[in-house]
Amino acid sequence: MAETRRVYLDHAATTPVHPEVVKIMDHYMLEAFGNPSSIHSFGREARKGVEEAREQVAALMGATPNEIAFTSGGTEADNMAIQGVAHGRRDVGNHIITSTIEHHAVLHTCEHLEKAGYKVTYLPVDKYGMVDPDDVKKALTPQTILVTIMAANNEVGTIQPSAEIGRVVKEHGQAYYHIDGVQTYGNWPVNVDDLHADLFSASSHKIYGPKGTGALYIRKGIKLVPLVFGGSHERKRRPGTEGVPGIAGFGKAAEIARETLDQRIAHNTALRDRLISGLLAELDYTRLNGHPTQRLPNNANISVEFVEGESMLLNLDMKGIAASSGSACTSGSLEPSHVLLAMGLPHEIAHGSLRLTVGTDNTMDDIEDVIATLPDIVRRLRAMSPLYADKIKGHSAAPLTPAGEEHHHDV
Amino acid sequence: MYNDKVMEHFRNPKNVGEMTEPDGIGRVGNPTCGDIMQIAIKVKDDRIEDVKFQTFGCGAAIATSSMVTEMVKGKTLDEALHITNRSVAEELGGLPPNKLHCSNLAADALHEAIKDYQAKLGGSNGNGKDKPADGEEKDKHEGQDKHEGQDKHEGKDKPEGKDRPEGKDRPEGKDKH
Ligand SMILES: Cc1ncc(COP(=O)(O)O)c(C=O)c1O
Ligand code: FES
Repeated sequence: MAETRRVYLDHAATTPVHPEVVKIMDHYMLEAFGNPSSIHSFGREARKGVEEAREQVAALMGATPNEIAFTSGGTEADNMAIQGVAHGRRDVGNHIITSTIEHHAVLHTCEHLEKAGYKVTYLPVDKYGMVDPDDVKKALTPQTILVTIMAANNEVGTIQPSAEIGRVVKEHGQAYYHIDGVQTYGNWPVNVDDLHADLFSASSHKIYGPKGTGALYIRKGIKLVPLVFGGSHERKRRPGTEGVPGIAGFGKAAEIARETLDQRIAHNTALRDRLISGLLAELDYTRLNGHPTQRLPNNANISVEFVEGESMLLNLDMKGIAASSGSACTSGSLEPSHVLLAMGLPHEIAHGSLRLTVGTDNTMDDIEDVIATLPDIVRRLRAMSPLYADKIKGHSAAPLTPAGEEHHHDV
Repeated sequence: MYNDKVMEHFRNPKNVGEMTEPDGIGRVGNPTCGDIMQIAIKVKDDRIEDVKFQTFGCGAAIATSSMVTEMVKGKTLDEALHITNRSVAEELGGLPPNKLHCSNLAADALHEAIKDYQAKLGGSNGNGKDKPADGEEKDKHEGQDKHEGQDKHEGKDKPEGKDRPEGKDRPEGKDKH
C-alpha cells in the first residue's frame, strides 16, 4: 500500500516516544549501563538514573519517591496492587469492589481471585460509563479489603469521580483504595492525596515513554504481598534488576508531562472537540459514546450505526489513519467491548464504535483529514449494509436466520 | 492480518448491492459476532445467472461475501449448494483462525437464497435436485424463518468437522469463551 501521510489517532493504545526520552534512554544503555546494585561508578550512575526517575514519576502524582515501585507496566502494577492486597489482607476480609468497565488487567485479576475464594462486587455504570460513589458506599462491608476503580476509562474516556469514591471508601470501613490511573496519569491532573488513593497504577507508554515500564504508587504504611520474590530491589516490593533505560525514560516522560500538562490538555481538548463536533455534523445516525464533558481530553469515541467497526478501521488504515474499535469483530474474543455493553449500548451500536484518541503529535490538519475522510468510508460501507438498506426502506431490522455450518450438513 | 487476496476483495468487492426482483434471497446472521449477510440470486435454467450481496460485518465477512458471489456466478444450483464455508475461505487463500467463522455467513446466505428460490418454486424438491441435507421445509423467505431446530446459536463450539477435514481452522475462541 502506497502510504502517503499517516495520521496516528490511537494514543490511548500507546504513544510515540518523546525524542528527549529516547536520548536519556540511550545514555542509560550506552554509557551508564551499570547495574544499579553495583558499587562501582557504572552502578552508581545507573542508580542515580533510577532514583531521579522515581522523583519525577512521584512528582507527577503528588507522591514521595519512596512510595513509588517500578513495574513492567500498568498491567503488572494493577496485579501487584490487587493480588498484593488480597493476599496480604486475607485475615481482614475477602471482599473486593470494582466496576464492570475496568481494564482486563483489573477484571481478569479479580476473576482469578474469585476462583481462589474471594468475593468480588462488579459495580455497574450509568449510560455515560460513570460509577456512582453511592453504589460504592452501599457495596462496602466489614469484609471489604479493597476498592479498585479506574480513574478514567480507556475506551470511552469517561473520567470517574475518583476523589468522591476515595472519600466514601475512607469514611466507611477499612478497605484500601486502588486506582488504575493508566489513562489519566500524564494526561490529566493527578494527586494521590486529593484522590484519597492508597495505591495508584501508571504506565509509561501512554505518556510518550517506552513500553514495558510502569509504576505502582504504594502509600506509606500499606503492606502488599509481592507478586515475585528475589533480591531486595524496589524495597523487596518488586525484585529484579531494575530496567534502568525504561525507568529513566519513564521518568523523563513524567517530567515532560508535568512541565507541559496544561498545554497538553489544552491542545488535546481542542483537537478532540473539533473531531467530535466535526464527525457528528458530517455523519447521520452517529452518536458520542462516553460522557459529554467528564471525559479525557484525548478521547473521542463515536458509534456509527449500520457499519461494523473493523471494516471502518481497515478503510481508515488504507487512508493512513490509525484508530481502534470496540466492535466484536475486532476483539479477538468476538464479543463487543465489555465497556460499551456495560453502558447499556445495544450490540449493534457497540458494533459500529470507533475510538479516536489524539496526542501531542497531532495537528488540527490531522483532525480535518479524518473529518474529510470518514464520511466517504461510512457512505461506502453503508451502501453495502443490509441494515442500512432496511433503514432507508423503513423496515425495522428483519429477523434473522442464524448462520453457522453446524446446522447445515454437507451441502 | 489478512492476505492480499482478502484485502483486494475487501477493497473492491464484487457484486455488491441490492437486486431488483430477485428469485431468491437468503439472509443470515452470524451467531458468533452478530454480523449479517444477505445474498440475492437470479436463476435461469437452473443456473445462477446473477448474484448480489449486502453485508454488515468485518473485513473477512465482506471479502468472503464477494468471493462467494464470484464463485457461484454461472453455476448450477446443485453446484452452488456444494460450495462450503471452507471452499470459500480456501479460494481466498485462507483467513486468520479467529476469522474463519465469518466465511460461514457467505455459504449459508447463499444456501438460504437457493432454498428460498426452491421454496418459491413451490416444491420441496424443485427440479429434483439434491437439497441440503437438513432438508428443512422453508415456507417463507427473507429471513422470516427463524429456524427452530438449530441446536446452537453460540457458534463457538467447534464445528463437527464436516466440511473441515483438518478441523484446525476454527475460531480460536480466545479468552472470552
Ligand atoms: C486503563 C488501563 N489499565 C491498564 C493498562 C495496561 O497497561 P500496560 O499496557 O502498561 O500493561 C492499560 C493499557 O492498555 C489501560 O488503558
Ligand atoms: S463477521 Fe464479525 S468477525 Fe467477521
